[in-house]
Order: sequence, then C-alpha cells, then structure tokens
Amino acid sequence: MDKFEKLTGIAAPMPLVNIDTDMLIPKQFLKTIKRSGLGVNLFDEMRYNQDGTEKPDFVLNQPQYRDTEILVAGDNFGCGSSREHAPWALKDFGIRAIISTSFADIFYNNCFKNGLLPIALPAEAVEVLMKDAEKGSNARMTVDLEAQTVTTSDGESFSFEIDSFKKHCLLNGLDDIGLSMEKAPAIDTYEAQAAQARPWV
Amino acid sequence: MSPKTLYDKIWDAHVVHEDDDGTCLLYIDRHLVHEVTSPQAFEGLRMTGRKVRAPERTIAVPDHNVPTTADRVDGIDNEESRIQVEALDKNVREFGLMNYYEMNDIRQGIVHIVGPEQGWTLPGMTVVCGDSHTATHGAFGSLAHGIGTSEVEHVLATQTLIQKKSKNMKVEITGKLAPGVTAKDITLSVIGETGTAGGTGYVIEYCGEAIRALSMEGRMTVCNMAIEGGARAGLIAPDETTFAYVKGRPHAPKGAQWEAALAWWKTLYSDDDAAWDKVITIRGEDIAPVVTWGTSPEDVLPITGKVPAASDFTGGKVGAAERSLDYMGLTPGTPLAEIPIDAVFIGSCTNGRIEDLRAAAEILRGKRVKDGVRAMIVPGSGLVRAQAEEEGLADVFKEAGFEWRLAGCSMCLAMNPDQLAPGERCAATSNRNFEGRQGRGGRTHLMSPAMAAAAAVTGRLTDVREMMGEMA
Ligand code: SF4
Repeated sequence: MDKFEKLTGIAAPMPLVNIDTDMLIPKQFLKTIKRSGLGVNLFDEMRYNQDGTEKPDFVLNQPQYRDTEILVAGDNFGCGSSREHAPWALKDFGIRAIISTSFADIFYNNCFKNGLLPIALPAEAVEVLMKDAEKGSNARMTVDLEAQTVTTSDGESFSFEIDSFKKHCLLNGLDDIGLSMEKAPAIDTYEAQAAQARPWV
Repeated sequence: MSPKTLYDKIWDAHVVHEDDDGTCLLYIDRHLVHEVTSPQAFEGLRMTGRKVRAPERTIAVPDHNVPTTADRVDGIDNEESRIQVEALDKNVREFGLMNYYEMNDIRQGIVHIVGPEQGWTLPGMTVVCGDSHTATHGAFGSLAHGIGTSEVEHVLATQTLIQKKSKNMKVEITGKLAPGVTAKDITLSVIGETGTAGGTGYVIEYCGEAIRALSMEGRMTVCNMAIEGGARAGLIAPDETTFAYVKGRPHAPKGAQWEAALAWWKTLYSDDDAAWDKVITIRGEDIAPVVTWGTSPEDVLPITGKVPAASDFTGGKVGAAERSLDYMGLTPGTPLAEIPIDAVFIGSCTNGRIEDLRAAAEILRGKRVKDGVRAMIVPGSGLVRAQAEEEGLADVFKEAGFEWRLAGCSMCLAMNPDQLAPGERCAATSNRNFEGRQGRGGRTHLMSPAMAAAAAVTGRLTDVREMMGEMA
C-alpha cells in the first residue's frame, strides 16, 4: 500500500452534504475487475454531460482545480455503498486526502486501505478550510499525518484525531493482511475453542 | 458480570486478539461474496500467493449484474457483466469455495436473501459481505455488516477483520403499527428522524413491541436500512419468531446441535441495565405510510404530506434540498399523492421476500397497472419466485400487467439492463434514492411494497390506506 506522510497541494471545495458513493462512482463503472483506471469516471454524472463532454461548472473541471489533491466536502461524505471503487476512483484521479465534518463508516475504512487520508474536523474548521479551498490553485493546503494537522495557505492550522493503528499503517504503507496473518496461531486457538463452544457454526 | 448489550455479547464471543489501543481482530463466521466487490480481492490473493482460509465459511452468489429476463439461461449479453460473473465462477473453483449458487441454480438470488433462506445466517454469528446491505442479516441477532474489497481480501485470507468496537444505540418502536403501515415505513421513519449520519459510529439494536410483532421478513427490511441511517449494523434480538424461521433450513443445526444452539441463542439479548450511548424512541402509532421526496433516504415524509421547500431546512441541507428538488423535478407545496410516476420496481434485498410479494399481490388482485406505467417485480431469490408461483401471486402480478422477472438486484442499482431513462420517475421498494441510482437522471421514490403496488394502479404516489378501504 502507498504511504501517506505529508502533502501540500491544491484543495477543491465541494460544500454539498451527503456526497454518496453513487455520485463518486456510478454503478456502470463497477463492472471492472481491476482496481485502476477509474479516475476518469470519478463523479461521472456530475462531471460530464450525457454526450461525454465536460460540464464546465463542475469544480474539478475548472482549470484551477484540475490537479486537486485534497477535497474539502460537506457532511457525511461517502455515504451509501461499500464499493471500494469510490476510493479507487478518488486515488486514481490524484486525490490523497478528504476533509469533512463526518464520513460514512465503510467509506472511511476503505480509504485507509488505499493510502487515502480522510480527515474529520469540526464544522467551524471545515468552514475555514472550505474558504481556503475556494481561493483556487494559488492557495496550497498542507496535510501532515505525523503531526495530525491541516494548515491553510495562510498558515492557520487545525489538529485532527485519528486512530493510532490506522495512522501507523498509513504512515508506513503497511499491508494489514500481512500483519493479521502473523496472528495465525491466535486464530487457530480461537477456532479450536469456538468449535467446542459453538460446534454448529 | 457487568450488564451487556446484545452487540457486546456477540462482539465478546468473537474477539481473537485485542491490542492495547482497543483494536481487535474479530473472527468472522460467515463470509458472503458477490461478483462486483470480489474480483480485486481474489486477484490480491493471487498476487500474494495467499489462500482462502475457510472455504467452508465462504458463500458465493452472483446477483448485482445478472439479467433478470428468462433468456439469461443462454448467457449474459453485456460483455463486462459476463466477465464479472465468469470471474466469480473461476475464483470459486480456483480457491475451492464450497458453497456456490451459480446464476441458473434455483437457489440463486440476492446475497442477503439467499444467506438467511439457506440457513447460513444464524443468531449470534458474525457475518460480513462486500456489500453495505449486509446489515440485513442483523435481523437474526447476528452482527452483520458491509466491508470494502480490501477487507474482503482480508477475510478471505484470515477469516478475521481488524475492527474497533462501535457505540451502542437503541431504537425502540413502542406499541402497535396502524393498518397499512409496514416494516419499510418503520425503517424509513427512523432514518427520517435520525438523518443519514445519525447512526454513524453506532451499531443499532431495534427493539420494542412493534419490532417484536414483525415477521423475520419485516425484521430484515428494518435492519437492511440501518446502513442508510449511517449505522454499521442493525440488530434485533432473536426470539421464537427467529427460531421458527431458522429451524429446518438447509444449513441450520439439527438434532442435539439444534438444542445446544438454541440454549445459547436464548442468552442473546441486551441485559435490562445495559448502558446505551444513544436511545431513540418512536411510537408505533405515530408512524404513517411514508415515501421519500428527495435524493437521500432521510428525505422521508408521510404520503399525506407535501413536497417541502429548500427554505424549510437549515445548514448544508438547504443546498442539498435545492439540488434534490431540481433533480427530482418537484415543486414545493405539491401534495405527494399527486406526483405521477412512470415506473414501479418491487424487489431488492429490502423488499424482495415472499411476504413483500404477498403484500403487493393483496393490493393488485383484480386490478390493472395504469396505462403507460412500466411495472416490474423481481423476486429476491429463485426460491421466492417459485413460492410466489405456487401461491398464485405470480398470476396476480401478470394479470395486473407487471413484468415477472427472475431473481437478482435488477433495478435496485441498475447494473443490469433494468434501468430508468433520464427524467423517469419510479415508485421503488429498494433502499437508495440517490441521484442516478436507478439509471442516469432517473428519479426514485422509496416506499413499501403495498405502497408501490398502489402507485402502479393509480399511476401516482398513493396512500395505500385509500385502497385498503376499497378492499374492505
Ligand atoms: S438489491 Fe440493491 S441494495 Fe440489495 S444487494 Fe442488490 S444492489 Fe445492493
């Protein structure tokens, strides 16, 4: 998995609340059996007209946001389905961090498996960051995972909370399946005990 | 011993290992797999040379992509869909999965309908699937939730998940439901109350007299949409209704094993003095038949209501409501019961079970679908379909002018050819009314099967109670 340490980049504002996984990547793109190549279809229905041309109003189509690496979004980002295609599409587009007041649970977890950092902050902080993102490409926002801070282009800084295990894995780009497989003896023991206690399972 | 919730009890029974910071390795009893979210997980195993740890605990079924027309026995036309279903076939064989219901098996259906139907889902289990509506299985008092593809790979390789415990939330529905009010109305009303993020970070236990009175089908409908309220899982404590449903299913325990299982299952309830992080109480009598008007499942109103205005909301919801109203093509102030529809979809893992079809048939008997309305019923599994045919429900649907389909997800997410055209408006029994969910530009109103059937007859959103009056 890719590491995430520190990132300074363009942030795009998406103040819409409840941005769901169907918006992030509509179902017609779930037919792939690969993880890559979904970036062009990120936000497909919001981003393109029916004939495939771009909608000029959509934020990521605007020249100053084409190289966006950070999204600042409204409440409850990523609600809906468990499709990991959503973080895959974000990642493939080039987005590495998402900031909102809250995230849907499964989406939040999925981000960490793909080197993407979701950052939950209080509404007031998100508001300041949203304003900063509205300044366009000259304003660069900085996300520092080690220090657990987001800093606006003006130097205003906000600290965020993150689970220590998730932080550790992301900083080091660790494959958590490998980590869990090291616990195979504990899994063996559990299975043996469970087979006694609940043999019908 | 300190008092525990049902969630606490199931959790404690499945912890393999706990780190100092509370990160746990949780054992997974049942892993359900479908074709859309699994190919990359199997590919990951292949690339790292890993095996499936417990092929006997893994259950696979294609459902999202499969056509639901009779010609599917000849194969799938859409190339990408075919490749995905074939990939599942191949992975099942290559990794030696032991429980597979292929597309033309009569037991095939939507994964969340097949699991309980075959007796894979039992009280007190941990159940996961690369699908957010895994919450459905919580109706049996099992801890069931959706996971992403990386986690699918993790479960395949280790039969465990890395988890931190969620908080406990109690949703109590007291009293009795009024006539015409169903499990779907309960679950939508709860989301209307809490919002789509209200359950984030929680596992919900649904309880109270109105929940106890529900059949297993109804309970599955309620738990199915826990995820729409943001909760990772929804639970209902097992009771006699649960045991009666489970007994005799192909993979349910038998004989002495059944007795032993039953003894444990009867301990699976929240202790009286258990601590809750959040409690919500709704009076069953206060719940009306509801529909959604917008593009979020929290946009719920009684059918007797009117389309709201964006200015009725506050904060970020103002913009969202504006966008929803525009997308849905609705004018504030319009009575909901005057909104004309173009299509009706009855099916999905929320409402594709036999009881749902019975409720729809009850309304449709001797009636016709309104001219110009396209109406479709997609049973949740081949067995549900067979039963509906045996009970004569299929004839009722066909005579009314409904298309009678084979089992699958179908127009719930429109990955197969069943889609809405741009601007088309659909009365749907599924669980998501997101923009484009049922086809690009398609407009979805969520409701119960009886309400959807009523809408099919009148060609507009309809208060089912009016038709029940006619029937009486
Ligand atoms: S019926 Fe709909 S919600 Fe249920 S599993 Fe299929 S696509 Fe998902």
